[in-house]
Amino acid sequence: MSAAGRLVAAIALGFAAAANAATTGWPLQKAHTDVSSLASLQRGARNFVNYCLGCHSLQYMRYSQIGDDLALTEQELRDNLMFTGERVYDPMRSAMPPDRARVWFGNAPPDLSLIARSRGVDYVYTYLKSFYEDPSRPTGANNALLANTVMPNVLAVRQGAQLPRYEERKGADGQPVQHLAALEPGAPGEMNAQEFDGFVRDTVAFLEYVSEPAKAQRQALGVWVILFLLLFTTLAYFLYKEYWKDVK
Amino acid sequence: MAGQAAPAAAGKMAALVAWIDARFPMTKMWNEHAAQYYAPKNFNVWYYFGSLALFVLALQIVTGIFLTMSYKPSAADAFGSVEYIMRDVEWGWLIRYLHSTGASAFFIVVYLHMFRGLLYGSHRRPRELLWIFGVLIYLALMAEAFFGYLLPWGNMSYWGAQVIVSLFGSFPVIGDALVEWIRGDYFISDITLNRFFALHVVALPLVLIFLVVAHLLALHEVGSNNPDGIEIKKVKGPDGHPADGIPFHPYYTVKDVFGLGVFLVLFAAVVFFAPELGGLFLEAPNFEPANPLLTPEHIAPVWYFTPYYAMLRAVPAFAGTQVWGVLVMFAAILLLFFLPWLDRAPVKSIRYRGPVYKVALMLFAATFIMLGYCGLKPAVEPFKTMSVIGTIYYFVFFLAMPWYSRIDSHKPEPARVTK
Repeated sequence: MSAAGRLVAAIALGFAAAANAATTGWPLQKAHTDVSSLASLQRGARNFVNYCLGCHSLQYMRYSQIGDDLALTEQELRDNLMFTGERVYDPMRSAMPPDRARVWFGNAPPDLSLIARSRGVDYVYTYLKSFYEDPSRPTGANNALLANTVMPNVLAVRQGAQLPRYEERKGADGQPVQHLAALEPGAPGEMNAQEFDGFVRDTVAFLEYVSEPAKAQRQALGVWVILFLLLFTTLAYFLYKEYWKDVK
Repeated sequence: MAGQAAPAAAGKMAALVAWIDARFPMTKMWNEHAAQYYAPKNFNVWYYFGSLALFVLALQIVTGIFLTMSYKPSAADAFGSVEYIMRDVEWGWLIRYLHSTGASAFFIVVYLHMFRGLLYGSHRRPRELLWIFGVLIYLALMAEAFFGYLLPWGNMSYWGAQVIVSLFGSFPVIGDALVEWIRGDYFISDITLNRFFALHVVALPLVLIFLVVAHLLALHEVGSNNPDGIEIKKVKGPDGHPADGIPFHPYYTVKDVFGLGVFLVLFAAVVFFAPELGGLFLEAPNFEPANPLLTPEHIAPVWYFTPYYAMLRAVPAFAGTQVWGVLVMFAAILLLFFLPWLDRAPVKSIRYRGPVYKVALMLFAATFIMLGYCGLKPAVEPFKTMSVIGTIYYFVFFLAMPWYSRIDSHKPEPARVTK
């Protein structure tokens, strides 16, 4: 069978090879982000440049656009978000060279410009909250949502440690397997659980904004467009009825 | 002064029209296709979708032209240029969402327009060619949508194209060579993207416009059908025009403007508040750039292709080849061409047809929607069984039509259109 034939057969049988890290079926938590809250987005932007931008770029996002949308002056941008020699209209690029990153992590950290649209905010929120200590991993951390992630637990200092609790379950072959059942708090971090949730929520809200900066404008404009169209349609209806009076 | 100026201006206008008419059939065409084109006066809500399809075509062409000004058809730049349109181009996000939502809207109005034909027998004599032009438009539209879907160069674009192009590989002997010829490469690549771009922005729009003109000319030659399925040309008034006909302009132009208003309210609701429509109009994996090494977890085509995709998957491999599913999928579309001759009922409209056709048609509509739903889902139970049943019924509906449309009971058609 040709390669093409094999592919068709694979599709017909309903499986497509999942080449990415296996999704574990770990339940997603609701992010409850609020992109209309400027304060939340500003905190999220600060969190992102402090904890994420070291490795992850936002190659489609310009600093100046953030300034315009989040009500920050150029000076405020420079003081709070820009720590290297960029110009204000430059995109937010990580300083980490991708080829070196591939050597260090086995995988270049992905660009996060659209992560909130491709995976959804709940996914990103849950992912950031689901790291746990796992000495068998090179980074000392693993993730309940994305098993064997190569990303280190950069928020451990804030969140504190999370420890895995395993349950014994029967595997497909009938042999007992260790199944990750829950994450339990270990040594406390700088934030309590509620503060940390807010910290992650702000960061995810910022990523949601970054994934579609026009969203707020789109929704605000949409209300007026639809009101106009309703008025237009009403007038068109009366015009239509007026013309059709003489059709019998 | 004003009283003298107005007739003078009107006189100048009339002179200009006369000057043009002596050189180009402007007034003649306007009269033939609008002011003196007599359409039945009893059109109902199903008759809005033809003019809406024309509007969406114009919308896609205009928004497409503006997108082309900023889009870059290369594997290296395509994905980034779409994000550039979304972020840096003035009103780019609006133009892009109008175009992406317009693609789905096009299929919605075309599917409803085709269903109207099945309801009222619009494909029957003397409108067979009109119907065939329509099916050709539908085919061209599917090709146009397929080529266009690759252009954002997202991961679903890439793998969707990969799967659909691979279908041609299942043909015996020539399969592999055919696939290579379509892609222009050993895999979906920059070369494929460039040729799909050429086909999407030049070739197929030209074909579509030509076919739409042919469709309209054929319509205006034979005259419009109506919900009663009777020919209004048979009964003429003292003025020589059909007694049940009214001039398309102004009566249907003003009515279609109202229909357009209703459509635009719904359309704007999607564009401004749900442009992804829960992943149906814009799929989440397409917000990741094309990656030949990373298959999306579940590859599904966009919703308007899924009824046929479900048929493709419903047919099992046989004699060591998967070609049968591909043939069934193509046959399902080709069957539409023969519809005017498969239907043998003595009446056209569902209003005067018997219970057998009524039930068969409603089941067909439900089956088509069910197949579309199954095509969006992974091929597991119960969707596999549902797809098989749906595929069988799709073919039964058409292939048994010569028999059941004849034995069905019928009511007599009225001589004049009813309200």
